[in-house]
Amino acid sequence: MLISNMEVVPGKRITQHLGMVQGSTVRAKHAGRDIMAGFKNIFGGELKGYTELLSESREEAIDRLKQQAAALGANAVINVRFSTSSIAAGASEIFVYGTAVLVEDR
Amino acid sequence: MELIVFLVLLGLGYVFGRLSESRHYRAIIQREQVLRDISVVPVKIPPPEYLRHESTLVCGSVVISVDYFKTVAASLRNIFGGRVGAYESLLDRARREAVLRMQDEARQLGAETIYNVKYETSRIGENAGKGLGSVEVLAYGTALIASTASK
Repeated sequence: MLISNMEVVPGKRITQHLGMVQGSTVRAKHAGRDIMAGFKNIFGGELKGYTELLSESREEAIDRLKQQAAALGANAVINVRFSTSSIAAGASEIFVYGTAVLVEDR
Repeated sequence: MELIVFLVLLGLGYVFGRLSESRHYRAIIQREQVLRDISVVPVKIPPPEYLRHESTLVCGSVVISVDYFKTVAASLRNIFGGRVGAYESLLDRARREAVLRMQDEARQLGAETIYNVKYETSRIGENAGKGLGSVEVLAYGTALIASTASK
């Protein structure tokens, strides 16, 4: 599955648009990490636990996007966009969406 | 007693925050030199010389926390108004770090360049009440990889 955030795929021709596909995850981190983050808010610096958590949830959101696209019979998702929001205390959402298409070699 | 706690936190925030910021900036500048050959371009459509390249999505993300000193400095700024320098450097660091991680991923894939770069910024603030807490930056783009067929 080809994933790209451009509107065109270099060297390939888009033969069919199959509609929008999306994937999202909402994740919370455990209390221990929250306490560590509280300390970090005094000293500053990178919150490695949160970075890991967010990249994991990003992977998962992309996986769901791919599953949806595969169910539609697409072989590529183009024009992918990410959107993040913190919906509640201690939980954040990652939302990824794009256009499922069929591409073929030019 | 409360004042002592406040001053201790302020001092700790100032010292450790300064240290980690200058260390981070040194690392960023050094890695930017190393990764300079992978160009990062926010252009939507790549020029025709990349017509035969493979393309794939690459991302880089980072979460950086404010320190206590920055929080206090920014809340003072809120009274007088003006540039909040404490937060500017924080966001600058986060953005540059995210791009560097994206470039790292692209390099592992053997990419030449990254097109259509976009940023997504959000705050993770539940630890700091009304303040900024920490910022999350996600940078993503399409890496163009010279495929074997194109050579």
